[in-house]
Amino acid sequence: MTTYYSEDHEWINVESGVGTVGITDYAQNALGDIVFVEVPEVGDELAKGDEVAVVESVKAASEIYSPVTGEITAVNEDLEDNASLVNSSAGGDGWFFKISISDDSELEGLMDADGYKTFTAGLE
Amino acid sequence: MRYLPLSTDDRAEMLAKICVENINDLFVDVPNHALLKGLVDLPNHMTEMEVEQNFEAYSAKSVAAGSVPFFVGAGAYRHHVPASVDYQIQRGEYLTAYTPYQPEISQGTLQTLYEFQSQVAQITGMDVANASMYDGSTACGEAALMACRVTRKKRIIVSGNLHPHYIDVVKNLTKFTDGVVVDNDPTLNKPENLIDQVDDDTACVIVQNPDFFGNINDFSDLADALHERKKLLVIVNTEVVALGAIKSPGEMGADIVVGEGQSIGNGLNYGGPYVGLFATRQKYVRQMPGRLCGETTDADGKRGFVLTLSTREQHIRREKATSNICTNAGLCTLAFTIHMTLLGEKGYRHLAQLNHAGTVKLKNKLAGIDGLEVLNETFFNEFTVRLSNNAAEVVETLVENDVIAGLPVSRLYPDRPELNNILIIAVTETTSEDDMDILVAELKEVLK
Repeated sequence: MTTYYSEDHEWINVESGVGTVGITDYAQNALGDIVFVEVPEVGDELAKGDEVAVVESVKAASEIYSPVTGEITAVNEDLEDNASLVNSSAGGDGWFFKISISDDSELEGLMDADGYKTFTAGLE
Repeated sequence: MRYLPLSTDDRAEMLAKICVENINDLFVDVPNHALLKGLVDLPNHMTEMEVEQNFEAYSAKSVAAGSVPFFVGAGAYRHHVPASVDYQIQRGEYLTAYTPYQPEISQGTLQTLYEFQSQVAQITGMDVANASMYDGSTACGEAALMACRVTRKKRIIVSGNLHPHYIDVVKNLTKFTDGVVVDNDPTLNKPENLIDQVDDDTACVIVQNPDFFGNINDFSDLADALHERKKLLVIVNTEVVALGAIKSPGEMGADIVVGEGQSIGNGLNYGGPYVGLFATRQKYVRQMPGRLCGETTDADGKRGFVLTLSTREQHIRREKATSNICTNAGLCTLAFTIHMTLLGEKGYRHLAQLNHAGTVKLKNKLAGIDGLEVLNETFFNEFTVRLSNNAAEVVETLVENDVIAGLPVSRLYPDRPELNNILIIAVTETTSEDDMDILVAELKEVLK
């Protein structure tokens, strides 16, 4: 299993052609207390860069873009009653959706853990 | 702050600052044919007394609803508004209070909005209501858009017995969206088959209760059938007093309820401003348009009120907002809330009873008039009649005799000659028995 990161502060855990996607700890910290997450529906087909979810905090509402092209295979139903999972466990229980990846080569454009660390350091 | 007009020097200085030679250069985007050339031809100023006399003369050209026997409804109803409503809304704190975006200094406004929302949710039988829309027709249009968002579908099936103005507004508001309005012919007192028009691409069905022609229906079966297919039911109400007597849209299973609140606290106002009501189920609250007032606690743990779930609104979400509305009907909403508070549940139900009882009385008095047939089997305070003569002409003749007999349907349906003999008659608690007897006598005379 490999984890990649996008410049939009999303992570994607890839295993057997399916990616689990969420937002990074850096992102949840910047957003503040998350109050609501609007997730896609199972079966939705998305292209890389398509708007796929919305995260609402007390401050703002931010769009989340799909890091890869594919079809949604699962969504995190726990987020409906407990959006704060995104704050407490952004990289784990706060996952948003799973997507079956149709084009592996898209992963090459994403960063690895070290690359993301460097990226966020540069944003300070 | 004083207002002083600009001098030529002021203007020259401003133009120089923005590097514009001539003020007309700022209007180059306006097409030439639309530009006003010269001054508007307005009369010269007048004294206050002359102004008063002028306006009294204008106003004398109209017949005010309260001054003669009056039977027009069709979406706006003449009810008695207690003097204490106007007395309270004229208070400076209410009359001039602006948008409650700063909760720290708007607790009065916010608390009354919260009460209003609670009242609307109660009378419609729904979970949550917003702080009001402009009017019933735009609330209806917004409901259609909301149903499309919630279901991610496009087809909006509209009852033929929805108020024609509301149908127009739904079409207008969906014109530049993906929404497709499927309209139906009015059926007068005959039942409609809307469920058979539902397909996979349908978002919702919109019905009105009581409908434009006064008929009352129970849409519970329609609601169940729609829910089985994951479609939404929108129920519209244009006479809010009816909810004091008939089964609420919420009890029928409506997903969205919209309506016109004018009947409570507000006069006919020459067509507006009015009060749009909008209520829905808790699970759809994030797709609801308009302002929403919520209850919360402050830093000291004391109860307070704020505008909430603002991420639905355009100042946070811009083009992804649930609507472009960024206001509510303020003073009219307040008048509604005050009047409703004065009525209470008992008063509200009693008001509804009075309306219905009066309507039954008139209907019975009209029975047996040659050339007049009442079409409704069910009605609240409004019913439809078929006349042997052209309804618009009958109404005009009766106006000459100082009776306003009702709404000739041809006024709102000029392209349906089959409806030229149809008249809609409304009765409220303000209709006296004398008014009714005069109407009966006049109708007998003109129809014989």
